[in-house]
Amino acid sequence: MNILIVGGGMGGTILANNLARRLAPELRAGKAHLMMLSASDKHMYQPGLLYLALGRMTPDELYRDQASLLEPEIEFYVDPVEEFQLDQNRVKTKSGKTYGYDILVIATGSRPVPEMIPGLAENAETFYTEQSALKMFKRLQTFQGGRVVIAVGVPHKCPMAPLEITFMLHDYFKDRGIRDKVQLHYTYPIGRVHSLENVAKWATPEFDRLGITYETLFNMKEVDGKNRVVKSEEGTEARYDLLITIPAHKGMEIVEKNKLGAGGFIPTDKVKLTMEGRPNVYVIGDTTNIPISKAGSTAHYQAETLGENIAAIVKLGAPVRDHDGKVFCFIECGKDRATYAMFNYTTPPDPKAPTKAVHWFKMAYNKLYWASARGLL
Amino acid sequence: MAERQIIDARGSFCPGPLMELIARLKFAQVGEEFEVLSTDQGSANDIPEWLNKVGHQLLGAREEAGVWHIALRKMK
Ligand SMILES: Cc1cc2nc3c(=O)[nH]c(=O)nc-3n(C[C@H](O)[C@H](O)[C@H](O)COP(=O)(O)OP(=O)(O)OC[C@H]3O[C@@H](n4cnc5c(N)ncnc54)[C@H](O)[C@@H]3O)c2cc1C
Repeated sequence: MNILIVGGGMGGTILANNLARRLAPELRAGKAHLMMLSASDKHMYQPGLLYLALGRMTPDELYRDQASLLEPEIEFYVDPVEEFQLDQNRVKTKSGKTYGYDILVIATGSRPVPEMIPGLAENAETFYTEQSALKMFKRLQTFQGGRVVIAVGVPHKCPMAPLEITFMLHDYFKDRGIRDKVQLHYTYPIGRVHSLENVAKWATPEFDRLGITYETLFNMKEVDGKNRVVKSEEGTEARYDLLITIPAHKGMEIVEKNKLGAGGFIPTDKVKLTMEGRPNVYVIGDTTNIPISKAGSTAHYQAETLGENIAAIVKLGAPVRDHDGKVFCFIECGKDRATYAMFNYTTPPDPKAPTKAVHWFKMAYNKLYWASARGLL
Repeated sequence: MAERQIIDARGSFCPGPLMELIARLKFAQVGEEFEVLSTDQGSANDIPEWLNKVGHQLLGAREEAGVWHIALRKMK
């Protein structure tokens, strides 16, 4: 049985290591073969970008060599896929090679596309790539006061990031002694300040308490850099001195080019994790079109379900469990307090008041992630 | 006329039905029709309100066995 995983990010790596352990006897006996193709020899811990933008992590802390994270039984190549030839059960890569499979897993992630909104790339700061987070860090350092607007595109990965960056900016400016010179204005695409109702219920009075103003039903349409105004689809405008955005995302260009899904998001069965109409192709992580948070935690739990199911297909001939849609997200509520939201397809989250203990747990997880990627946690 | 596409957001707490709809419309063509399935009572108000604000067309909203079916057309 040839298992091919495309994408060596959070989902792909956790799945590959999970399978390498579960299928150790079969891999040793040559009854199964596990291969990963990725686009980079480095693995980035993307959640660290939030801290990088505020000068609380450095770029070197975000990376490990991808090969060092993988169990030795996994055959790993940096050779990005360019064509998915699903009818022939094979993929073609940048180097011109073709690789066949019995089971394919696509975990190529998603990317911010600021170019979808006119004026956004030129006029806004963001922290969703290393380069942009470093640029935002430098801009914040020289910012002496004025109106800071936070605006959010849809879809985007990490649903907690809009709230986290806002609360963290509050503390950042406070620590610099200029909070009284900064007006923080938060905007959000739907009719409350967060998609999770209970999180919105908790965050709204927090905003009031901290003097953060907010505006809902605000979807960016264009940014007028000359007049420093961001305009919304809903016909409203927000004036800014510093605009911080999370741009709307797409899946990888290659997914769109191969016509696997609109916007680069692949239609996926939310419990089986199979690609629609393709029983031997699985999709996990940000690349699916499942209406679930695009988060590392989502990818992690999907990888665990899929690891169990693919191992069962090899050993028993059929998958053994449905995916329950579990997500666990930390929520940083400033520089030293945090809470979390845990939910699945049937149970909504019930976030508790933020504590220092949860913040320190998140700080620890920022290091423990590497054990998690190795499939040990 | 292309078939009406279903956005099955039943049990989606995050991003939730409206967020899911906004995302899907971004990658759709003008004139395409969608039907959002939602188990969130709030969607019955939120989605029509947003469609009205932005200028997309609401084609109908009904509840059936605890599931809201909200049909719409992308207008711009
Ligand atoms: C600022 C920020 C903060 C975040 N904070 C959190 C958080 O606190 N909690 C949380 O749970 N999540 C968080 N996330 C989200 C999380 O990082 C992503 O949701 C997660 O990485 C998705 O995993 P994935 O495996 O789907 O994709 P990725 O981890 O993005 O991996 C995609 C992989 O595919 C490879 N690839 C791309 N194209 C090809 C190709 N053509 N062929 C082969 N390989 C390819 C890439 O090289 C990469 O290895 C955050 C993200 C950001 C940007």
